Amino acid sequence: MAEVFARDTGWSQVYLSDEERAEIEREAECYPRREGLCIEALRIVQRHRGWVSDHSLAAIADYLNVDAAEVESVATFYNLIYRRPVGRRVILLCNSVTCWMLGCETLRTRIQAELGIDFGETSADGEFTLLPVTCLGDCDHAPAALIGDRHHHDLDPDRIVALLRQSREDE
Amino acid sequence: MMERPLTHHLKDDGTALSLAEYRATGGYEALHKALSGMAAEDVLEEVRSANLRGRGGAGFPTGVKWSLVPRGEGAPHPKYLVANADEMEPGAFKDRLLLERNPHLLLEGMLLAAYAIEADVAYIFLRGEYVDPARCLRKALAEARDAGLIGTHILGSDFSLELHLHISAGRYICGEETALINALEGKRATPRAKPPFPQISGAWGRPTVVNNVETLCNVAPIVRHGADWYRSLGLGDESGTKLFGASGRVRRPGIWELPMGTSIREIFEICAGGMQEGYGLRGFLPGGGSTDFLLPQHLDLPMTYESIGQAGSRMGTGTLIVLDDRTCPVGMVLNLERFFAQESCGWCTPCRDGLPWTRQLLEAIEAGQGRPEDLATLEEHCGFMGPGKTFCALAPGAMEPLQSALKFFRDDFERHIAEGRCPYRQA
Ligand SMILES: Cc1cc2nc3c(=O)[nH]c(=O)nc-3n(C[C@H](O)[C@H](O)[C@H](O)COP(=O)(O)O)c2cc1C
Ligand code: SF4
Repeated sequence: MAEVFARDTGWSQVYLSDEERAEIEREAECYPRREGLCIEALRIVQRHRGWVSDHSLAAIADYLNVDAAEVESVATFYNLIYRRPVGRRVILLCNSVTCWMLGCETLRTRIQAELGIDFGETSADGEFTLLPVTCLGDCDHAPAALIGDRHHHDLDPDRIVALLRQSREDE
Repeated sequence: MMERPLTHHLKDDGTALSLAEYRATGGYEALHKALSGMAAEDVLEEVRSANLRGRGGAGFPTGVKWSLVPRGEGAPHPKYLVANADEMEPGAFKDRLLLERNPHLLLEGMLLAAYAIEADVAYIFLRGEYVDPARCLRKALAEARDAGLIGTHILGSDFSLELHLHISAGRYICGEETALINALEGKRATPRAKPPFPQISGAWGRPTVVNNVETLCNVAPIVRHGADWYRSLGLGDESGTKLFGASGRVRRPGIWELPMGTSIREIFEICAGGMQEGYGLRGFLPGGGSTDFLLPQHLDLPMTYESIGQAGSRMGTGTLIVLDDRTCPVGMVLNLERFFAQESCGWCTPCRDGLPWTRQLLEAIEAGQGRPEDLATLEEHCGFMGPGKTFCALAPGAMEPLQSALKFFRDDFERHIAEGRCPYRQA
C-alpha cells in the first residue's frame, strides 16, 4: 500500500487507458470542478475493469490531482464501487423488506446450492459474484434481482437458477 | 378534464413516451406558455398557490422552498436545481414509474422549476441500480437537446439551462438533500449542517434546490392548467394527486395515481385488491420503511400529511408496505434495522453506534436468545435516536417502524423471548 499512497506523478499515464481518460473528460463538461469527478472516474474505471484496484485508485487521484486517501475514502463509502475483484457478472439480490417478505432468502439459499457462493463471494470459475442490494424499486414484482445490468422480477428459486444458467451461455 | 396528470398518458406497453408522443399529449406547452408570457415570479406564484407539497416524504411546500432562493440582479450564479431520483427507501417504487414511462414530464418540470428559480444548471441525481430509468432518461435528454429544449436560448427565449444526469454509486443517505449535494460534488455523502440551507448555499456553495422526481412532475401540469385546476384535483382541502402504492402479500401490488386525501382503504382494498388468499392483514407501513406501523383500524384514514401524522405515523412516500399475519413482525423490523444500520453514514455517534446495537438486540430476540430487559433497551434507543438527537433524519426514520412495532406487536416480541424461538418459524 505504501507505494500507492506516495504521490508519484505518472500513475494515470500507466494505469488509465486513453478511453477511460476520454470518458472522464466527457464527464468533466458536466461539473464545475475537477475534484468533483471522483465518483464518475471510479464508475468509469470500474465499467472498464470490473473493479477498482489500488493502482486504478492512485491513477484517478493523480489524474484529478486529489489525494489518494481522499479517493479511497470516497471509493469505500459507496456500495456500488468494488474495491475487490468481482466475477464477470454481479448478481445484486434485493434483500430489503418486501423482497424479504416474499422469499429472497430462499433465492439466496438456492444460489448458494447452485454456485456455491453466499453474499460477498465469487464462484470458483470467476463467473458470478453475489451481493445483497437495498430495495431495487421492484416491490410490485418482488422478489427481484439485478444480474449484470438487467432487472429480473417475480423470481422464484427455479427461475433464478434458469436465469443464471442462461446468462452463462449469453456472451 | 384530465384528472391524473402524472399517469394519464402512460402507454400500455410499458415503454416511455418519446418526445413526439409527449408533445402529442400537450407536452412542453407549459414551457412554451411560461417562456412566452410568464415571468419567473409568475411560475413560482402558480406553484405556490397550487399548494404543491414535496413528494420526497416531508411534504414541504414547494413554492415556499423555491421562494427562499435569492433571485434577481444581485443573486449569486450559477444556481442549481437537482431532481432527487435516489429512491432507495425500502418499499418505495413510485419515482421509478415516472422515470421509465414519462421522462419528458420530469424534464419539462425541471425546465420550469429552473426558470422559476433562475437556475443555470440542473442535475438528475439517479441511483446507480436504476439502469432502465437511466436508459430512458438518456434518450429523453438527447431528444430534448436536439429539439432545442435544453441548452442556450431555449425556444428562442433568453432562458438557458444545462441539464445533466448524475448516476450515483449507491448509498441510501444520498437521498438526504445535503448528503446528495456532497455526493454530487464527488465527496462522501455525509449530510451537511443546516443552516445554511441549500437554497442559500448548496452545491459548490451556490443556491441549490433539491426536489423529488414526483414533485417536479407536477409542475408542468400546474403551469399548463393553472393552480385552481390543480387544487380541485385533491379531496377536501387537499391539492392535486399523489402516486400511492402497495407491496407485500396483497393481490395486486402496484402504483396508482389518486387524489390526495384518498382513504388508505381505497388504496389497499380497491387498488391492491386486499390480502392474498390465506393471508390476513396485521398492519402496514404507510409510506416506506422509515414510517411508523399503522393497524387495520386505521384503514379509513385519508392519505394526507396531517391525518397520517395525527395517527402517529407519516405519509412519507405514500407506498404501503403490508405486513400479513404469517410474517413475523420481529423479523420484519430486524430486516429494516439491518438496512438502516448498514446505510448509516457514520457521521454522528448515536446513529453510527446505536443502529448496529439495535440490530444486534433484534437479531438476538429473533433467534430466541433475547432477554426480557432487551425491550426496555430497544425503547431507550428509540429515544436516543429520536427526532433532534442525530445529525440527520435517517436515524429518527429508522426508529419509526421499531417504536411502533414495540407498541403494536409487543406480544410477538415477548413470545420470542419467553419461548426462546420465533413462533412464526415452522418447526
Ligand atoms: C435518509 C434520507 C433519505 C432520503 N431519500 C430521499 C429520496 O430517495 N428521494 C427523495 O426525493 N427524497 C429523499 N429524502 C428527502 C430529501 O432530503 C428531501 O427532503 C427531498 O428530496 C426534497 O424534495 P421535495 O421537497 O420535493 O419533497 C431523504 C431524506 C432522508 C433523511
Ligand atoms: S443520523 Fe446517521 S445517517 Fe444521519 S448523519 Fe448521523 S450517522 Fe449519518
